[in-house]
Amino acid sequence: MILRPLAWQRIVWFALAAMTLFTLVVLFFIIGFITSKGAHVITLKFLFGMPERMGKEGGILPTIIATIYISLLAIAIATPIGVGSAVYLCEYTRESPITRVIRFGADALAGVPSIIFGLFGFILFVIRLRMGWSLLAGGLTLAFMILPTIIRTSEEAIRAVPYNLREVSYSLGGAKSQTIVRVVLPNALPGILTGVILGMGRSVAETAVVIFTAGSSLLMPKSLFDPARTMAVHFYILAREGLSMERAYGTALLLIIAILLINVVAYLLMYRLTRKMR
Amino acid sequence: MGKRLILRGVNLDIEANTIVSVIGPAHSGKTTLLRVINRLIETQREFMRSGDVLLDDAEVRRLDIDVLRRRVGLIFATPVPLPGTIFDNIAYGPRLQHHHRRQQLADLVEHSLRSAFLWDEVKDRLSTSALRLSGGQQQRLCIARTIAVDPEVIMMDEPTSGLDPISTAQIETAMRELKKQYTWVLVTNNTKQAARVSDKVAFFLSGELIEMGEAAQIFTKPKDPRTDDYVSGRIG
Repeated sequence: MILRPLAWQRIVWFALAAMTLFTLVVLFFIIGFITSKGAHVITLKFLFGMPERMGKEGGILPTIIATIYISLLAIAIATPIGVGSAVYLCEYTRESPITRVIRFGADALAGVPSIIFGLFGFILFVIRLRMGWSLLAGGLTLAFMILPTIIRTSEEAIRAVPYNLREVSYSLGGAKSQTIVRVVLPNALPGILTGVILGMGRSVAETAVVIFTAGSSLLMPKSLFDPARTMAVHFYILAREGLSMERAYGTALLLIIAILLINVVAYLLMYRLTRKMR
Repeated sequence: MGKRLILRGVNLDIEANTIVSVIGPAHSGKTTLLRVINRLIETQREFMRSGDVLLDDAEVRRLDIDVLRRRVGLIFATPVPLPGTIFDNIAYGPRLQHHHRRQQLADLVEHSLRSAFLWDEVKDRLSTSALRLSGGQQQRLCIARTIAVDPEVIMMDEPTSGLDPISTAQIETAMRELKKQYTWVLVTNNTKQAARVSDKVAFFLSGELIEMGEAAQIFTKPKDPRTDDYVSGRIG
């Protein structure tokens, strides 16, 4: 069929717009559905109360605390290691078969299903290193899970810093390490933060790893060595065991809000950090 | 791997407190010459050189690299402000040497900006982003930033190639005014600029130094016919 170019343009425009619209509709449907099912559950008692009768009643405070602890722990471990690896790969190695293998390894690792990380963490940290089900074992395993993402996004960000900025620093007498700390990293910061936020989001939302490594205790965790249940796991168990669908939706809604908040806070932080540079 | 000879048989003297222009068509090794002198070429790719580059009788490879690069500054063809404020740009070099006292830094920043004839234009907005300056202002900022680390030689790699005539004139004025303090090496594509500011001119072609002499001599009575062809615009 032969169409005039203008007609083609219309069709293509329509098709692309329809795809975008479809995505948005699905997204808003999910958020709307969960909000309508879960909003009425969220009360102060739900947010700040202890769970009763396995979560059928009461609140979800311990799961909120556990979620915060475990994802902050994962980020705190994975960020320095990930950024350090990225700096090493970008600034201290030349492109070679070895760096390509490392990069391929990181990419492959990023694609490994999280349950395999969970099993690995269970065997290594929980059993072998005798940490038991604990926030520490969970945080370490989640750190392993998000490490490849942080390495690769940081690497992209560092490579995107124009080479001539480094040359300016060198030609003013800057050593390589000074150049990295004062020029490369500050300029790569927004990109690095993007990776960290992605990792944080994945940690908050993760279930398989956490069930394997941190357990599903509903008690308030008092130290890093205590087992705990995160919001995502709580949601899974409530729904899976048919304890309370509406409380599951309430938890899910909080989870979505939490991830939204993380993104907003990170965006504001990024804006503050880069304001002086613009 | 590709091996290319970029400079060969180059032998030249640069006297203190003069302006020496290096002219020649593209790919004659002018930029490489500057990068060999301050050893910036070592950060880039594998390279080899034989012969000596002397700075006051000391071979540059024997100097500490940070000392060398402070003594011999380099200004790039496109002005490269570091993302950050005007103040931070000028203070970058001194801070690398752990100068952090506020008043001392402020004095140094003012002195450097005055030297580069930029102070009056920016004195009220030192804490705004250097990226908001115009191209000409940015290039003078780069000169001020180099001055702030107290160099002896300032090398410039086609510093005005992207600038308008007024900005170009301001930079040339700065060079002439600062000849008493610094030695200037100016790589330029613009033979008229070389004629305007230089004491001496070196003409490069395909990696060879063809001729070096007093500016007046190079432009009026060149000894080598190839120099004559270039300065009169027949090749290049």
